Amino acid sequence: MSTMTTITSPTGTRLAELRAQGRAALVGYLPVGFPDVPRSIEAVLTMVDAGVDVVEVGVPYTDPVMDGPVIQRAAEAALAAGTHVRDVLGLVEAVAEHSGGRVPALVMSYWNPVLRYGVDAFARDLAVAGGAGLITPDLIPDEAREWIAASDAHGLDRVFLVAPSSTPERLRLTARASRGFVYAASTMGVTGARGKVGERAEKLVADTRAAGAEHVCVGLGVSTGPQAAEVGRFADGVIVGSALVKTLLDDAPWADRLDALGRLTGELADGVRHARTTTPEAAS
Amino acid sequence: MPSSEPVSEALSQTLAHQVLGRLADQSGPYFGEFGGRYVPEALIAALDELETEYRKALGDPSFRDELARLHREYTGRPSPLTEVPRFAEHVGGAPGAVRIFLKREDLNHTGSHKINNVLGQALLVRRMGKTRVIAETGAGQHGVATATAAALLGLECVVYMGEEDTRRQALNVARMRLLGAEVVPVTIGTRTLKDAINEALRDWVTNVETTHYLLGTVTGPHPFPEMVREFHRIIGEEAREQMLERVGRLPDVVAACVGGGSNALGIFNAFLDEESVALYGFEAGGEGIESGRHAARFSGGAPGVLHGARSYLLQDADGQTLPSHSVSAGLDYPSVGPAHAWLHDLGRATYEPVTDVEAMEAFRLLCRTEGIIPAIESAHALAGALRVGRSAVAEGRTDQVILVNLSGRGDKDVATAATWFGLIDDAAQGEGDQ
Ligand SMILES: Cc1ncc(COP(=O)(O)O)c(C=O)c1O
Repeated sequence: MSTMTTITSPTGTRLAELRAQGRAALVGYLPVGFPDVPRSIEAVLTMVDAGVDVVEVGVPYTDPVMDGPVIQRAAEAALAAGTHVRDVLGLVEAVAEHSGGRVPALVMSYWNPVLRYGVDAFARDLAVAGGAGLITPDLIPDEAREWIAASDAHGLDRVFLVAPSSTPERLRLTARASRGFVYAASTMGVTGARGKVGERAEKLVADTRAAGAEHVCVGLGVSTGPQAAEVGRFADGVIVGSALVKTLLDDAPWADRLDALGRLTGELADGVRHARTTTPEAAS
Repeated sequence: MPSSEPVSEALSQTLAHQVLGRLADQSGPYFGEFGGRYVPEALIAALDELETEYRKALGDPSFRDELARLHREYTGRPSPLTEVPRFAEHVGGAPGAVRIFLKREDLNHTGSHKINNVLGQALLVRRMGKTRVIAETGAGQHGVATATAAALLGLECVVYMGEEDTRRQALNVARMRLLGAEVVPVTIGTRTLKDAINEALRDWVTNVETTHYLLGTVTGPHPFPEMVREFHRIIGEEAREQMLERVGRLPDVVAACVGGGSNALGIFNAFLDEESVALYGFEAGGEGIESGRHAARFSGGAPGVLHGARSYLLQDADGQTLPSHSVSAGLDYPSVGPAHAWLHDLGRATYEPVTDVEAMEAFRLLCRTEGIIPAIESAHALAGALRVGRSAVAEGRTDQVILVNLSGRGDKDVATAATWFGLIDDAAQGEGDQ
């Protein structure tokens, strides 16, 4: 990975700025194409306006084994609405344009859609669209030779995951292969809101840092402002998915759903902003 | 596998081995460019533990003795080899020009080959100190075998099964419940085997510390494709000896049906390095390749990744998995074991589709000529054997010996067959005797 140091990471740069400001980033996930492509763009831009620092756009996939029921349902609906892999590029472009490049947009995709598109072609098109990189939930560094080469060639971040079950050796391997940040899965399990984010998350972040990761963001289970604040104390970023998607999985009129999405995003953004002050009340 | 190099050391070793080694001893994670471990990181530690334990167990005489004892005293191995001359007559040609022998995995306890792998893995579960097993099932045969082994060894057992399959294999759902397993119908996606595997993988990611995923075929992430083959290689080893004893030579052709590919690999394995033996795998052609309703990965698919392995896959231009279709639940899966993809690309085995109609014809023929009701999965292999036999006759061969893996018995399929052939009076309208 000799080229790693020569590529400036779009997401890593943003995380470093926020760290200098004394806070964690809010990373917000939504799938492209839910409920349809134009409205998914609207939803993501709503999230940007309401204060997410990094956007994570999911590519809907028929067999999302790392996702719980909420994201499964959204993905199923997105596919039924005729969403294609290339639609993710338009959404990434919209984020780059809308935010003036201030908000990095990462794509999250299971591996087969990328493989089918062509790994290098996908990296090239994602870079042209202004995307920051790719999160790969079912691709481990051991299998990523082609993606490592393509992401180097096109200057993209590559976010691999670690889990509470990862050995120190695997934490080192994953930290070394990642660029931008390492995604720490807070608990053993799939995506979905949880009452409590695992206590193992804090230890996992510390261990991943000790294994050489520059930035570590925590995902799986965060759904409220207080949880975001709690995780924001020790992580470089707080990744929220299912809770945001859930605001859109509703029968209410679209405008009301967007309001709910904006409100939750705002609450989470407050959470990460107040995480490292002594009392959240004093800071508000 | 745990190598500290992101670019896999194991891959280059495997490539070197493949040039020099025996096909039958190929070890994972790669079979040519297929296989690997395309899974969430959260599962890697469990897969490493499983691989370590499995390799230790294979080298441990007490493990091998215990498995051999179960094979003998519980499963009823060795399974017999039965010649089926009245069935073989339907190939045509001079009497005896084509002889067909069935390897009777249908006579195993629980009714199919699935028990071979299940007992091997269940003994591993005990060695690993885990207390809970989960499994996916399509036809229900693997679920029944897993529920059986769980009862035998006192393990908690949960079986995931697509809702569509719980309907067409209702009898097997009841069998699993009788054996004390919890059967969870899966109601998302296509509601068949692939969705049951998704659900099992989600359960495993969540409960991996106490739970073993007892995968039922030669698919999935390493070490499953290699390990499940090892537990099924006994089929081919027995059959090879039985053939030598019975006809004094190896068969010319070995035929098997291919869902995930475990019964096929199990019988192929003993003949992989014998150039004189032609190997045929028969996939579900469903309503025909042109109809788009089939599970013929080699005729209608392309390389891709699903459920942890790179192999041939039914997928659309976006890499989304396409639904498969077959009259037989056990062959109704959009991907196939990576070792078969490798044998296909090497040209060592030939894979052909067999349609629902052809399979059901062969099903009825075996019932009527030999008094054996096969599983509909296995009927695909029987139809394929008839096809291969007929072309041998057409080429003027007079001494062909075909070995067919009869992977399971048809008790579970009686309702499907009765409807298909119109044997139940109120269901007798419509389909008739197609
Ligand atoms: C009797 C029988 N044969 C074959 C199969 C297909 O599996 P495989 O290709 O792994 O042998 C099944 C699967 O359920 C089965 O029950």
